[in-house]
Amino acid sequence: MQTEIRDEQFHTPSVIGTLLRKLHIDIPLFAGIVLLCSLSFVILYSAGGQDIAILMRQATRIAIAFVFMIFLAHINPRHFYRHSAKLYGLGVLLLVAVLVVGLTGKGAQRWLNLGFVRFQPSEMIKITTPMMIAWYLSNHALPPNAKQLFIAFLLIIVPTLLIAKQPDLGTSLLVASSGAAVLFFAGLSWRFIGVTVAVLASLTPVLWHFMREYQRNRVLTFLNPEADPMGKGYHIIQSKIAIGSGGVNGKGWLGSTQAKLEFLPESSTDFIFAVYAEEFGLLGCVSLLMLYLLIIGRCLYIAVQAQDSYSRLLAGSLSLTFFVYIFVNIGMVIGILPVVGVPLPLISYGGTSMVTLLSGFGILMSIHTHRKFLPT
Amino acid sequence: MARNYAMKDTFAENRIFLSRVVIVFVLIIFLVISLLVRLVYLQIVGHEQYSTMAKSNRVKITPLPPTRGIIYDRHGRVLAENLPSYSLEIIPEQVKDLDNTLFKLKQLFDISDEKIKRFLKYKKRGKRFSSIPLLSQLTDEEVAKFAVVRPYYPGVDVHARLVRHYPYKELTAHVVGYVGRINEKELKTLPVSEYQGTQYIGKIGIEKAYETQLHGKKGFAEIEVNVQSRGIKTIFSMEPVPGASLYLTLDIDLQKTAFDALEGYNGAVVAIEINTGDVLVFANRPEFDPNSFVGGISTKEYKLLQESDDQPLFDRALRGQYPPGSTIKPFVGLAGLEYGVTKFRDKLHCPGYYQLPNLKHKYRDWKKRGHGKVDLNRAITESCDVYFYDLARTLGIDKIHDFLYQFGFGQKTGIDLAGERAGLLPSQTWKRKVKKERWYLGETLISGIGQGFMQVTPVQLARATATLANRGKIVTPYLVDRIINMNYTSAGPGQPNQQIELKSKNTDDIISAMVNVVHGAGGTARRLQAGINYKIAGKTGTAQVFTVKQEEKYNEDEIKFKLRDHALFMSFAPANDPKIAVAVIVENGGHGGSVAAPIAGKVMKQFLMSNEDVAVAN
Repeated sequence: MQTEIRDEQFHTPSVIGTLLRKLHIDIPLFAGIVLLCSLSFVILYSAGGQDIAILMRQATRIAIAFVFMIFLAHINPRHFYRHSAKLYGLGVLLLVAVLVVGLTGKGAQRWLNLGFVRFQPSEMIKITTPMMIAWYLSNHALPPNAKQLFIAFLLIIVPTLLIAKQPDLGTSLLVASSGAAVLFFAGLSWRFIGVTVAVLASLTPVLWHFMREYQRNRVLTFLNPEADPMGKGYHIIQSKIAIGSGGVNGKGWLGSTQAKLEFLPESSTDFIFAVYAEEFGLLGCVSLLMLYLLIIGRCLYIAVQAQDSYSRLLAGSLSLTFFVYIFVNIGMVIGILPVVGVPLPLISYGGTSMVTLLSGFGILMSIHTHRKFLPT
Repeated sequence: MARNYAMKDTFAENRIFLSRVVIVFVLIIFLVISLLVRLVYLQIVGHEQYSTMAKSNRVKITPLPPTRGIIYDRHGRVLAENLPSYSLEIIPEQVKDLDNTLFKLKQLFDISDEKIKRFLKYKKRGKRFSSIPLLSQLTDEEVAKFAVVRPYYPGVDVHARLVRHYPYKELTAHVVGYVGRINEKELKTLPVSEYQGTQYIGKIGIEKAYETQLHGKKGFAEIEVNVQSRGIKTIFSMEPVPGASLYLTLDIDLQKTAFDALEGYNGAVVAIEINTGDVLVFANRPEFDPNSFVGGISTKEYKLLQESDDQPLFDRALRGQYPPGSTIKPFVGLAGLEYGVTKFRDKLHCPGYYQLPNLKHKYRDWKKRGHGKVDLNRAITESCDVYFYDLARTLGIDKIHDFLYQFGFGQKTGIDLAGERAGLLPSQTWKRKVKKERWYLGETLISGIGQGFMQVTPVQLARATATLANRGKIVTPYLVDRIINMNYTSAGPGQPNQQIELKSKNTDDIISAMVNVVHGAGGTARRLQAGINYKIAGKTGTAQVFTVKQEEKYNEDEIKFKLRDHALFMSFAPANDPKIAVAVIVENGGHGGSVAAPIAGKVMKQFLMSNEDVAVAN
């Protein structure tokens, strides 16, 4: 006897509720996302210089991303499970293709021109890597043994290196962390975690050696932004000025002088949080972080409620990755992390990351709304 | 879809997963708190500091330089004005690659290497983030040309500036002066804050003497700027107070008459209105165009002016020091009368030379055959030297000094121009102090005819003449009549109430002798009497040129010309009711009566003939 589980909200009879349920949409998650996207419009209007055209483009992207989300929410997680390996393989192939024929954008090869649309395979691999690891590990007893760990490690490291080679440090770190998150949720032993951290720490100098010039600059800049206020440290200093001058209450909507007068670079994309913080102050920042926390909480709840290892691991990883996004972006904007090209999820202007993020939420919704009641 | 492998322990997996989720959530909370701590640090602790930084990022305080005051002549004709002009300027700190930018601009505009050099010089000297001019006086086409490419040249911009212009050019070059870019030396002494944004400063003449009044008061604007420091909008501004306008005592028509009359010579003419001390004419030759100094004169052009033997930059009227020659005679004569050592009708035989007892040296008269029996009247009219050798000897140098000093010889007139020279009125004390030598009697004799150590400036001579015409009432020449500010008008300096104690009979006698110089039978300036309906009192002078610089070029004609005597003339008119006093010095002009006197005559004629009161008075 299998019945679909209904959340509390689902008990309330309403037209919208019914519609959303039919669409396999998780209402709390959906509400949070809609709220964030609306906020994105509000901030973008100010950060983008009150340009309606920018809002229209962002609206188009959000619409496309929502289509992806709803589409994925409809697919039974069973299918994800079944196609994980194939999707992962496709992703890796595309990454190789990018390196071979990719177009150069902003000094790094990230884009693949599919004729009608430019596409970033590294975004797709952000989802297919945790899928692959979850698929692989869930096929075995958990926690994984040494051999499985090694294979999982290989599966993570291949796309990570391919993206790092583009070079796109931010995305490669996100991919690696999404894979690592699966391992962590799978029950990776604390001893192993400890050893890995130790090894990574000792490998830092080696990593430094392999880093590109601009990546090194970013790290150096992060360590001491004031050393070169007109050059490399400019982003961080201007960003800190924007945030700090916002104070507790902020300068009010459209009140950002830093962004409007072009002192703050990338104010619509990676550094949009600085504009938000300048205009809405500490109170606005706390509210935004709370909203993010609620969404992550809901995601983790979905993960906990998932009914099989694959879903759990994938849901857990997607939730954690979402947080990593937030933390890395805000951390970089407020100057506690080096500058890596990671947008502020659901707020920043930009297409591909929006699609990826909402695809992840679509998968989470799919996992949640396709649960079967399993009596203990 | 739960695939249950035999080995899988679903419950254990579930438990582990749950514990990991809890750990992750705790970790997330911890990290979010760390973000919040940082935000609190930035937005509360650092708020004030970052606010200030944001403001200084955004708001640039720009000084608003005041508009320089206009200079008018006594009839309100503009002598110095400000004309709008476009200049291409660069803020070097905002240019990424200056060399490349200059190179590219060079392809766009015609920029000579010298201009680039000058730009680099100004750049070195300029304050940080100040706009340094590269090209001035752009045409409309050039402005349009730059407007098209402006976005590609951050830090480069076209500025509309007011540029000083002197419509009468050479005519007023020395007296009105000119402005030029502030140099390093001036920068040290200027009130820095007042001159922020001001690029020009008066260098000579009225422009320099009245710099403070002409400059005005600086204003400032808080301007919101973008990252390229281009202004977006003005938040607050405090308007500058424009400089005061000056009305000079100068009469530009009269100045032109004097200036034209001086053509072909080096020299100076100063005319003073006797009742008021108004300087009506302050003319200099040779001349230069002050306008070429405003835009920054080229080194070549400047060198040419600087090194010219004729010294066109030299303000002769104010700073030229010449032996007065015979023009001193009326004063020495008056001294003789006042001290009672001679009487107006006392006669003396002039054999054409003068000898001191027991000495062979003959002090020559200009007239070799001599004047015969001369009294003071004839001595002045015909300019007999022997009479004055004798009178000087009788008076002694110290009496001559003391008497002439009252008329302002040997001291600055106090005219409102900077850099005036005092001339030289010798005395025994002076010689002992400066020359470390005792005074010789022979030196007294030649002092009596205005030679030797004695030196006067044209303005001094004019002033002394005016004072004599004023019957001992001191006249102080001045050029600025009114200073017109936004809020008030202030008159120029009044006349000092100083009177030289003179017996009017003595003065009348001397003046009558001076009238005879022009109107008398043997007068040295007789040619002036033609075509006038008033009487002129005057005295010619011919000053020997003692020194020829050894290094001067050996052009024979040139040297001969340079050795020729300076021609002088001092005069006032009408003699019975003096209105105007004129002093003329023509370098190497030869005889005072033939060269200098006609110039003074033209000035007086123009002044008096256009003056209704005078016509009636006569």
